[in-house]
Amino acid sequence: MSSTAPTRTPHANSPEPHAATAPAVAVKGVGKTFGATEVLKGIDLTVPAGATTCLIGPSGSGKSTLLRCIAFLEEATKGTITIKGDPLGFAEAANGQRTRLSPQNIRSVRSRIGMVFQQFNLWPHMTALGNVCEALVTVRKMKRKEAEERGMAQLSRVGLEHRATHYPSELSGGQQQRVAIARALALDPEILLFDEPTASLDPELTGEVLNVMRDLAGSGMTLLVVTHEIGFAATVGESIAFLDHGRLLLNGTPREVFGEPRHPRLAQFLETYLDRGAATLL
Amino acid sequence: MSLDFGLIIEQMPDILSGLWVTLWIWVVASILGAALGFLVAAARRYGPAPLDWLLKLYVEILRGNPFLIQLFLLYFGGPFIGLRLEPIPAGLIGLTIYASAYFSEIFRAGFQAVPRGHVEAAQCVGLSRSQILRRILLPEMTMLVLPQCVNMAIILIKETAILSIITVPEMTMVIGAIGSQQYAFVDAMFLLAIFYWVLVEICDWLGRRAEAKLSKFRFAVT
Repeated sequence: MSSTAPTRTPHANSPEPHAATAPAVAVKGVGKTFGATEVLKGIDLTVPAGATTCLIGPSGSGKSTLLRCIAFLEEATKGTITIKGDPLGFAEAANGQRTRLSPQNIRSVRSRIGMVFQQFNLWPHMTALGNVCEALVTVRKMKRKEAEERGMAQLSRVGLEHRATHYPSELSGGQQQRVAIARALALDPEILLFDEPTASLDPELTGEVLNVMRDLAGSGMTLLVVTHEIGFAATVGESIAFLDHGRLLLNGTPREVFGEPRHPRLAQFLETYLDRGAATLL
Repeated sequence: MSLDFGLIIEQMPDILSGLWVTLWIWVVASILGAALGFLVAAARRYGPAPLDWLLKLYVEILRGNPFLIQLFLLYFGGPFIGLRLEPIPAGLIGLTIYASAYFSEIFRAGFQAVPRGHVEAAQCVGLSRSQILRRILLPEMTMLVLPQCVNMAIILIKETAILSIITVPEMTMVIGAIGSQQYAFVDAMFLLAIFYWVLVEICDWLGRRAEAKLSKFRFAVT
């Protein structure tokens, strides 16, 4: 599917990891600072291919920043990120020297990643179908008709083929987010990133988006999800990563992470969660 | 003051030709001014820092003094640096440059008003910088800046009257001349006021229709 040739890194001595065995995403020693604030303090995380990994943690723990680094919307200040073995943005030599890769290389590696945002970020001047087809036509140079057929297939995958000609302002939040998922799917990404996809939705609309994500997870897509939906993480996530203050505190299966004995920091986090949940119920 | 309609009808061919000159200079200067203003705003956003400073100076100078003075400098000062222009080209160029400064500020604000996430979404699906500019920023900005652009166009209709002082045969010059010849100067000015007002109202109406057409593209409420 991807036309990317394996990229040669200056790391000449070590053999290229084979794409079939390489994890979907490998994060090594990634740090990120904004001015004087150190948001990520050396993260090591492996995202297995074909599985759903959920990033959880309190606000400000750095989980969204980590996801945005993997989407290359932020550039990590330290460390490396590889997508199926291919370095993203920077190549690191044996001596730790980082060199920036060419824009073409960055774009081709990035094109294998799909991103879904908290704020949907649909383009308001295009219909649902237009949003889904845009990159197929402008980037993949597909014929309009062919792109629209493919776009319609993606819209029906999220159950919205009947809304194809609607503009984003004519859709509910849940529908907009499903269009955004279809837009990301249209490019056939090897991995889909979600940045708190339901955080700006009413509880009622959250379900329809989570259902689409459940279907995707079931179909064997690689998903990496930053979420506050602990229930979703525990039931759909096959791997859970718990971040706190810019560090990866826990990483394992839901049973390992959520089961007893619980890490005190996680217990505290889940506690505030229950408090808030209880507060909204009262 | 008594409006002599007979006189108006008698002079109709001249009046219409003045109206025509006003109209076309206004439309062409607005379009060219908006295009140039867009280029200035884009260059300031994407160009190197020195270009940004240079263009900022361009905008500040043009906004910092009256159009009347700028037009004088272009038309009467131009020959000193070998720039000899006929009245109509001088008026058209002067008005275009003057408009570009204001349009560039409108577009600059427009660039900033497009949500960052819309650009990030485009980057994520692989659109290049120029594709993002063409396919995302420009259309989204158009709906955001349309009201200010209509407002600017309205200001420009009225600025065209100033072209009369460098003898561009537009509405104010033609009707003013008729008024002077016929000793009916106030009547002529009254007629002009009505003409300008009608033009402004038409422009405003067109602008509101365009806004209504674009309203379904408004930002989705999340």
